[in-house]
Amino acid sequence: MTTAPAPAPGQPPAAFLEVRDLRIHFPTDDGLVRSVDGLSFRLDKGRTLGIVGESGSGKSVTSLGIMGLHTVGQYGRRRARISGEIWLDGKELMSADPDEVRRLRGREMAMIFQDPLSAMHPYFTVGAQIVEAYRVHHDVDKKTARKRAVELLDRVGIPQPDRRADDYPHQFSGGMRQRAMIAMALVNNPELLIADEPTTALDVTVQAQILDLIRDLQQEFGSAVIIITHDLGVVAELADDILVMYGGRCVERGPAEQVFRRPQHPYTWGLLGSMPRIDREQTERLIPVKGSPPSLINVPPGCAFSPRCPYADVPADGITRSERPELAPVPGTDRHHAACHMTHEERARIWTEEIAPKL
Amino acid sequence: MTIPGQPSASPEPAAPLLKVEGLVKHFPITKGLLRRQSGAVQAVDGLTFDVRPGETLGVVGESGCGKSTMGRLITRLLEPTAGRIEFEGRDITHLGVAGMRPMRRDVQMIFQDPYSSLNPRHTVGTIVGAPFRLQGITPEGGVKKEVQRLLGLVGLNPEHYNRYPHEFSGGQRQRIGIARALALKPKLVVADEPVSALDVSIQAQVVNLLDDLQEELGLTYVIIAHDLSVIRHVSDRIAVMYLGKIVELADRSPLYTAPLHPYTRALLSAVPVPDPARRARRERILLKGDVPSPISPPSGCRFHTRCWKATEVCAREEPPLLTLRPGHAVACHHPEDGSDSGARGAVT
Repeated sequence: MTTAPAPAPGQPPAAFLEVRDLRIHFPTDDGLVRSVDGLSFRLDKGRTLGIVGESGSGKSVTSLGIMGLHTVGQYGRRRARISGEIWLDGKELMSADPDEVRRLRGREMAMIFQDPLSAMHPYFTVGAQIVEAYRVHHDVDKKTARKRAVELLDRVGIPQPDRRADDYPHQFSGGMRQRAMIAMALVNNPELLIADEPTTALDVTVQAQILDLIRDLQQEFGSAVIIITHDLGVVAELADDILVMYGGRCVERGPAEQVFRRPQHPYTWGLLGSMPRIDREQTERLIPVKGSPPSLINVPPGCAFSPRCPYADVPADGITRSERPELAPVPGTDRHHAACHMTHEERARIWTEEIAPKL
Repeated sequence: MTIPGQPSASPEPAAPLLKVEGLVKHFPITKGLLRRQSGAVQAVDGLTFDVRPGETLGVVGESGCGKSTMGRLITRLLEPTAGRIEFEGRDITHLGVAGMRPMRRDVQMIFQDPYSSLNPRHTVGTIVGAPFRLQGITPEGGVKKEVQRLLGLVGLNPEHYNRYPHEFSGGQRQRIGIARALALKPKLVVADEPVSALDVSIQAQVVNLLDDLQEELGLTYVIIAHDLSVIRHVSDRIAVMYLGKIVELADRSPLYTAPLHPYTRALLSAVPVPDPARRARRERILLKGDVPSPISPPSGCRFHTRCWKATEVCAREEPPLLTLRPGHAVACHHPEDGSDSGARGAVT
């Protein structure tokens, strides 16, 4: 995410990964589900982007879209409708040949899934699965590949990797499975690593270990990392930049420091107010966001957050309910953007006077 | 005997609502054709605590520490292997289904997963009205009116009486579960991970609702959760469990500001904090490895395999849960305040 002027559509960008106006819609019997509706962001090598949102905000769909997994095995009427551009290292993936994307997947970009038990094949040993992932992209014999797999298992902190490589996924504990999953994702030294809720299924002590591991590995390999989560604590631990999603769109993005210190969007305020904080004084009550997340079939007109926003009537003429706010830079900041109709002054006042003291 | 957690300075010796002593639950592992018992999962292994009327006891621990089993034991959905459970002074440890039925009015449970804990073929009216039917009670004004009042109480529209669970969102379903638990005006509500399946913004709504209901109806809660920040927000007293045992039991603020057990300290330091500025300067204790299997738990102190303070005595002797300060009990040979087991005789 940089503020350099965006190259014209169709032109390769300077950033390592750039997503432009990504739209992913799914036709269903109930109507068109607009899971992702116009999302753009950039990511450089060696940086970590945290995508935060509630369930159904489109964060996982985005990650699968970047990996090109929505177009696989879907034909006819049910096929997901995808538009936009995804540039990875100077190559446009959306218009590329599926075979080409397939060669990149796993090698240049890899993914860590949320639930390692269902992401791994129960019928093959952990070692065999990592070996397969390596041999698909490298022309080596089994022995070399196995050496590489054991080396990776050792790197992610599996004790006795030589022996454990012959275990099946069910013989691993949750934390170890997640480590094995990370080893599998890293076996080809990918330059882009997408972690979709990598620690949601884990206990806090194990979560801390895995977050540390991801951080160390990123420093070691210098890859770009996208971490997708609903937990603001996890992104605060890892991310350099943060992108907050709501109803399939980005409502706020910017450097982590600024998003946490001076959040601009009422939804981000709501998320911060909803979390009990262990690092602050005990509060009497949490400040929840009223209502529930919108259906992605009938996204509210205007600002998708307006039905739940306590400040929806602050801007004049009910504009929040009729016109969709566009992502605009926050004055006086570097790279911080928010999509809200309220003026910057209003937002700054509400944050400092009404929201921040209660957190 | 001294009851851990009972502040000795407390002036009113209010009778505990629930009293648990030496509670044990082992699930047998059988082998072979004759189903000989070859071992046991020691899910809960000797819990002693009590719950006072009107308070909220938070139970926290990692998965597999036995906290959910504990919840099912005190609601008597499971039969304890050993120990004693007293509710309002009455021994309910081995009551049968019929014997428990009158007690069920007073002890209710809220479940974790609002998707699997509601029958998809029943309407909300039937679900929330079920306790009346099962107990053979006709509330004042009829079941329907009472159910609608309950729906209003938990913040749902009373007109949704005839809808089915699939028409509701996760947060609304959890409210239905809460309405059902409150139908018979229970004294004790055991909530097993009541918010962990919900989105962050919805979590806060349900936490606030539980808070309001406690105040309004004078409920006593036992809230089981793995999220330390949620537990801190809702609880008056907190029990930290590790591998089937309580390792620390204390009032909320001493537990969070000055934990005595190394495990509690490690847990607290592992909680991710939504503040990137603190990332660099916070002190983190990273525990090695995973929780050992409860089938063959480590000897002595069960935490000694992962503890950075462990000495020889930890592997040999199991530390008892001792009240080191008023209202603050801990089971550790080397508690964080520096008083070692040798010096500890003087304290207790």
